[in-house]
Amino acid sequence: MVPQNLRYTKDHEWILADGDTATVGITDFAQKQLGDVVYVELPAVGTVLAVHQTIGTIESVKAVSEIFSPVSGEVVETNGRLADAPEAVNQDPYGQGWIFKLKLANKGDLEALMSDSEYETRLAGLEH
Amino acid sequence: MIRESLIFEISDPGKPAFALPALDVPEAEGLLDGLAVRSDIPGFPQVSEVEVVRHFTRLSQQNYCVDLGLYPLGSCTMKHNPKVNEKVAGLAGFAQAHPCAPPETVQGCLEVIKSLEDALCEITGLQAFTVQPSAGAQGELVGMMLIHAFLKSRGNPRKIVLIPDSAHGTNPSSAHLCGYKVQEVKSDPTGRIDPDELEKAVTEDVAALMVTNPNTLGVFESDIADIARIVHAKGGLLYMDGANMNALTGIVRPGDMGVDVLHINLHKTFSTPHGGGGPGSGPVGIVKALEPFLPTPVVVRRGEALDLDFERPRSIGRVRAFFGNFLVAVKALAYIRTLGPWGVREIAEISVLNANYIRKSLEGIYDLKYDAPSMHECVFSDKLQKEATGVTNLDIAKRLIDHGYHPPTMSFPLIVQGALMIEPTETESKRDLDGFIEAMKAIDREARESPEILKAAPHHSYVRRLDETAAARNPVVRWEKPKNP
Repeated sequence: MVPQNLRYTKDHEWILADGDTATVGITDFAQKQLGDVVYVELPAVGTVLAVHQTIGTIESVKAVSEIFSPVSGEVVETNGRLADAPEAVNQDPYGQGWIFKLKLANKGDLEALMSDSEYETRLAGLEH
Repeated sequence: MIRESLIFEISDPGKPAFALPALDVPEAEGLLDGLAVRSDIPGFPQVSEVEVVRHFTRLSQQNYCVDLGLYPLGSCTMKHNPKVNEKVAGLAGFAQAHPCAPPETVQGCLEVIKSLEDALCEITGLQAFTVQPSAGAQGELVGMMLIHAFLKSRGNPRKIVLIPDSAHGTNPSSAHLCGYKVQEVKSDPTGRIDPDELEKAVTEDVAALMVTNPNTLGVFESDIADIARIVHAKGGLLYMDGANMNALTGIVRPGDMGVDVLHINLHKTFSTPHGGGGPGSGPVGIVKALEPFLPTPVVVRRGEALDLDFERPRSIGRVRAFFGNFLVAVKALAYIRTLGPWGVREIAEISVLNANYIRKSLEGIYDLKYDAPSMHECVFSDKLQKEATGVTNLDIAKRLIDHGYHPPTMSFPLIVQGALMIEPTETESKRDLDGFIEAMKAIDREARESPEILKAAPHHSYVRRLDETAAARNPVVRWEKPKNP
């Protein structure tokens, strides 16, 4: 079961909206597919993002993947602890492993994302 | 486990590796005010000759190479390096030629470059080659620079390069370095490019499509002619990564498929040593229209003699000092001339046969996500073993080391989870292929009966399983002298 209070993207990011700001991370499925995360390249605070813009990379022992912004907005905070403890993305993807926070430019962007049940249906279709 | 010390750790102060006769004249004082006298290099290891020899010999014995056994590293084409090539490259006229020698004194060397360029044109169906690029990734960059220069000369260098998700990992970097925005093209359920999807993606902003054919699944892009037509219709160019040329030599020519620019890897297809034993070489071939942009100097024939042409105003300029890795070109030409045209064709025939022999022998035992016909390599996954007992491709790869084989390429291409990409090349005999297949079958049985053996593999190597995650998270790349020895 994926957390019910989040919205999801097809690239396996989650977003938690709270008023005008939102927190973004990658899902448990994504971290399992990546394997042990060794490095997270974070966006600079103040970066203005469009929907699906590349904002950084996440590097695991197997691969380097891009992190996309699920919505438009401006980066207001990044998770500094990932510099020393990238394993937080593996251990607690929905909590300590969050990646960045942004100020929403358009709350309507959230509507285009998947709900928890829609995301679970998608995961069920992605066998192996 | 035998731990080989670093050479710094076996250093003892004052221990020399040489002995000079005693000075039998008075020592001169104050020469050149001491300016030219070398001082000690701090921390430089002080070891005897025998210690140096043993240290590096032991390290070389811990290495695995194609001279020891099958090296099925997919997409790397780890084939045998015929020793006659080394002998030819060692001839004094090649090995001791000075790179600044006037052209009339190194006609033989220039003949090698020209002959290799001509042979590569014949094999690939393209019209001109440069052998300057040092290896594949530089070849890609040079190829993209040629495309950029060509399109710019026509008024617009364009903005986007399309790259399929089954492409080589370096392709996006090369396009990006050349200032292009990379856009991914999804592969269809058979692992190939879908011409309909491509048609939607190709606009007049698209400079090129970078395609690897066969792609990294070892699958031939059977719609390549349509793909070329779609890209050309909008004024774009077709770039082919020739890393997998081993599947095609003497059978089909990229130029005939509509490819405009191609790089090949002499250290893959043309048998020159690969990896640490290199260096590599990544010649770039082009169609006639791009010829004015070739890197300088270009080897040209003037009457009977060969010369270097620097007067090419539209050239992208020099991309590599002197003539690229020249001795690699000598080895590649020796290989092509040894095999002759029918031998070059046999490269493709036997490498495809070998890969399919492995595929047929292991099909059903290891999962094949894509069942399109394989060319020179086949991509299995760990799906069946993982579902049975949680054994992953990493465990399988590590256990192969215990059987005396180099592991295949792992976890690539990314479109196959838990990938094991196997490329045997034409080098291997049926006996050697059978040995590898038996090892893979034994590993599958072990995965089901005693997975803990695989989880802890390798067991018979110089070092046991290393903590790759810790190494990546906290890389220690420099030795530091202990504070209190």
